[in-house]
Amino acid sequence: MMEALSTFWVIHSNLILSLGTNALLALSIWLTLSCGMLAMANAAFMGIGAYTSAILTMQFGWPFPAVILAGMLAPMLAALIIGLPTLRLSGVYLAMATLAFGEVVRIVIINTELLTGGIGGIAGIPTSTEWWHMLLAVVCALFVLWRMRRSKVGRAFEAIREDETAAGLMGINVGANKMLAFILGAALAGLAGTLNAHLTFMIDPKEFGFDRGVEILTMAIFGGIGSLVGPVLGSAIFTLLPTVLSPLADFRLMVNGVVLVLIVLFLPNGIWDPARFKQWFGRKQGART
Amino acid sequence: MNALPMLQLQNVSRHFGGLKVLEDVNIEVPEGGVFGLIGPNGAGKTTVFNLTTGLLPTSGGTIRFQGRDIAGMKPHQITQAGIARTFQNIRIFKEMSLIENVIVGMHAKLRYGAVGLLAATARFRSEERRARERAHELLSWVRLDHKAHDVADNLSYGEQRKLELARALATEPKLLLLDEPVAGMNSGEKTELMHEIRNISARGYTIFMIEHDMRFVMGLCEHIAVLNFGRIIAQGGPDEIRNDPQVIEAYLGREDESEVAQ
Amino acid sequence: MLDQQLVNALSLGCVYALFALGFTLIFGVLGVINLAHGAVFMTGAYAAMTVMARFELPLWAGLLFAFAFCGLLGLLIDFLVLRPLRARNAPHLIPMIATIGVAIVLNSAAQGLFGAENQRFPEGAISNDTLQWAGVRITVLELGIILFSFVLMAVLMLALKRTQLGRALRAMAESPKAAYLLGINVEGLFYLTSFAAAALGGVAGVLIGLYSNAMSPLMGQPMLHKGIAVVILGGMGDIRGAMFGGLFLGFAEVLSINYLGSTMRDAVTFGLLFLVLLVRPKGLFGTLQERKV
Repeated sequence: MMEALSTFWVIHSNLILSLGTNALLALSIWLTLSCGMLAMANAAFMGIGAYTSAILTMQFGWPFPAVILAGMLAPMLAALIIGLPTLRLSGVYLAMATLAFGEVVRIVIINTELLTGGIGGIAGIPTSTEWWHMLLAVVCALFVLWRMRRSKVGRAFEAIREDETAAGLMGINVGANKMLAFILGAALAGLAGTLNAHLTFMIDPKEFGFDRGVEILTMAIFGGIGSLVGPVLGSAIFTLLPTVLSPLADFRLMVNGVVLVLIVLFLPNGIWDPARFKQWFGRKQGART
Repeated sequence: MNALPMLQLQNVSRHFGGLKVLEDVNIEVPEGGVFGLIGPNGAGKTTVFNLTTGLLPTSGGTIRFQGRDIAGMKPHQITQAGIARTFQNIRIFKEMSLIENVIVGMHAKLRYGAVGLLAATARFRSEERRARERAHELLSWVRLDHKAHDVADNLSYGEQRKLELARALATEPKLLLLDEPVAGMNSGEKTELMHEIRNISARGYTIFMIEHDMRFVMGLCEHIAVLNFGRIIAQGGPDEIRNDPQVIEAYLGREDESEVAQ
Repeated sequence: MLDQQLVNALSLGCVYALFALGFTLIFGVLGVINLAHGAVFMTGAYAAMTVMARFELPLWAGLLFAFAFCGLLGLLIDFLVLRPLRARNAPHLIPMIATIGVAIVLNSAAQGLFGAENQRFPEGAISNDTLQWAGVRITVLELGIILFSFVLMAVLMLALKRTQLGRALRAMAESPKAAYLLGINVEGLFYLTSFAAAALGGVAGVLIGLYSNAMSPLMGQPMLHKGIAVVILGGMGDIRGAMFGGLFLGFAEVLSINYLGSTMRDAVTFGLLFLVLLVRPKGLFGTLQERKV
C-alpha cells in the first residue's frame, strides 16, 4: 500500500505540485479581477519572482525562506512602480498596458544574459520546494484572501468592481485599494514563481510570456471569479485536463479552446457559481466564501 | 446669515471644451433644512453635484464645505469630510445584498487594521457587529429592513432609490445631496419618499436636492435656487420663486410651466 | 545604405499595418479585442498555401481563396461566439476571453493538420525579381505589400468617410444603441465587419507568409503582439492610426536593429509601447474616444 502510494507520488508529484503553482497564479489574478481590473501582468510577476529567487539561491547562496520572501517582495516592488501610472487606465487599456509590461520584462530577461542566462534560462536550481511548502502556501493564500473577503477590504474591492465612481463616493480610496489588489496579486504570483522555480530545476523566459498570462486568466475565468473556490477549481481542472486528454495528442489543446469558448458562452460566471447553485438547489441565505 | 454656511459655491464655473456648462454660479446652502436646486433639463444641475463631490474639477471659482475649500480633494476625501450623494440614474451595487450595500458606505468608519482583519480580533468583530447593527437601523429608516439580505438588483425602482439613500447616510454625512430623488416614481412612492426625506432632515442632516417635480420641491424645500443655462437666475423661498418673473420666463413654453404656477 | 533601410522599414511597417487594420476594425466597431486575429491570419496563409499546392493555382487565386475562406471563418466566429455575447451584453473582458479560446482551437487545428514544423509556399508562387532604382533594391513582393496596404487603407478610409455604410459604421462605433435607434441594421454591420476584418487578416497572412517565407501554426502569435502594439501606438479603433502605428513600428524596429543590434528590436518595440501607454494611453494618433461599455 505504502509502496503503491510512493510510486504514485514519484510519477505524479510534478503534476500535483503544479496544481499548487497554478492555484496560486489563478488566485493572484483573481485578486485584481475581484477589484474590477483586467491586469495581465501576472506571468511577468511570476517571472520576476522566479528569476529573483533563482539568482539569489544560486549566485548569492541565500537560505530558502529568505529567497521566498525576496521572490515575493521583488514583484511587489515592480507592481508598485508600474501600478502608479497604469492603474488609472480603464478596461482594455489596462489589459494592454500590463501585457506590454509583460513583454518588456521578458525582453529584459533575455537581454541581461549575465544575470539571467538570457534566452537559455537558468538551469540547476536546487529543488528545495517540498510538497508541504506548496500546500502551506496555497492554504495561507486562501486564508488571507478569505479573511479579506469578509472585511471592509473585500467589500471595497467588490464595490470598486461594480461601480468605481459610486465606490469613491462611499469614502473608499479607489486608487489605494486597486494598488493593494495589484501588489498582493504580484506577491502571490511571485510566490508561485519562486516555489515553481525551486521545483522544476530550471526556468527560461518563454514560461513567463503572453501565453502564460492568458493561461492564468483562463484558469480564473474558467473556474469563476465569484468566490475563492472558483480559481482553485479552475486551475485544478486546467492542470489536469492535458493529462486526461493526452490520448487526443495534437488535438488535445483544441479541446481546451472549445471548453473555454463553451464556458464563456454557457456558464458566464464560470464553473463555480454560487448564485447559480442557489437557483438550482433552492434559495439558501447569505453564506459567502 | 451669520452662521457658517454648510456649502458655499463662489463664482463657480465649469467648461467642457468651449461649452460653458456653469458660469459664475453662487449658491449658499445653510446648515439644516432642505435646499432645492431647480432648472430646465441641461441647465447644469448635475454638474453642480459632480463638482461638489469631486468627480469633476471646477474651471474656476471656489467650493467651500463648512468653510473649507474642497479644491483638489478626491471624491473619497470629500465623502469622508461629510458630503454624501445619490445619483439621478441610481448607482447601487446591484450584485450585493442590501445590508452589504449599506455597510460599504461605512468603509472609512470601520477602525481595524490588517492584523485585526487577519486574526479576527475582538476589535474586528465588534466593529463589524457595530456596522451590521447600524446598517439594519439605516435600512429601517427607509423601511427596507425586512429585505436586508436580498440581492439589491431584485428591488423595485422605488426601493432602489431608498436603498441608495440609506447607503449615502451610512457614510455619516453632514450634507446629503439628492439628485432627482423622485424621478420615475409613481405618486404613492413620491409621497412616501417625501415623508422619509422630512424624517431624515429632522434628524439633523442638511439636504441639498436637485428635482424636476415642482410640487415635490415646493413642498419640501425652505430655500430654492434656479439654474438656467449655467447661471443662477433666482434664489429664495418657495413663494418668491413661484412669483419670480425670470423663473416663469425660463420655464415659459415648457411643459413644466403649469407645475411652476401651482 | 540608409535609403535601403528606409525601404525595408516601409515594407515591414506595411506588413504590420496590414495585420493591424483588421484588428483595429473589429475593436472600433464591435468593441472587442480580438485575440483570435492572429490565428485567423495564420489560417489565411495555410488556406492559400493548401489550395495553391494542391490545385497548382497561381498566387492571385490563393489570395482570393484566403480572403473568402477567412471572411467566412470570421463570420462563423461572430455568429457562434461573439453574437451570443453581444446579445447578453457581456462586459468587454468576456468576448476577449472567448477569442482566446477560438485562437487556441484554430492554432491547434493547424498544428494537428499540418504539423508544427515550418512550411513554405510552393516554389515560384511569386517572382523573385527585384527592381532597382537609384541604388535601392525592392522585391516585387515588397512593392506589392506596400501598394496593397496603402490602397487598402485608402479604400477603407474613403468608404468610412464618404459612403452611407461608413457613416453607419462610425455611428455604431460611437454607440451601437443610438445607431440601432437610427434604424441602422446593427447586427448586419457587425457581421460585415467581422467578415471584412477576418478576410483582410487572411490576405495579410498570405502576404506575410510569402514575405517571411515561412509559415507555422503559431505564426499569428508574435504578429498579434505586434498588432496590439501597433493599435496602441496608433490609437485603438482608428484606421489611419493602424497605418501610422504600423509604419512607426516598422521604422523604429529597422532603425533600432541598425543602430542598436538585433536583440534590441523587441525591446524597443515594447519599451516604446509601454511609454506611450503611460503618457498617452489613447495612442499617439488616437482620436477616437474610449467607448463606454
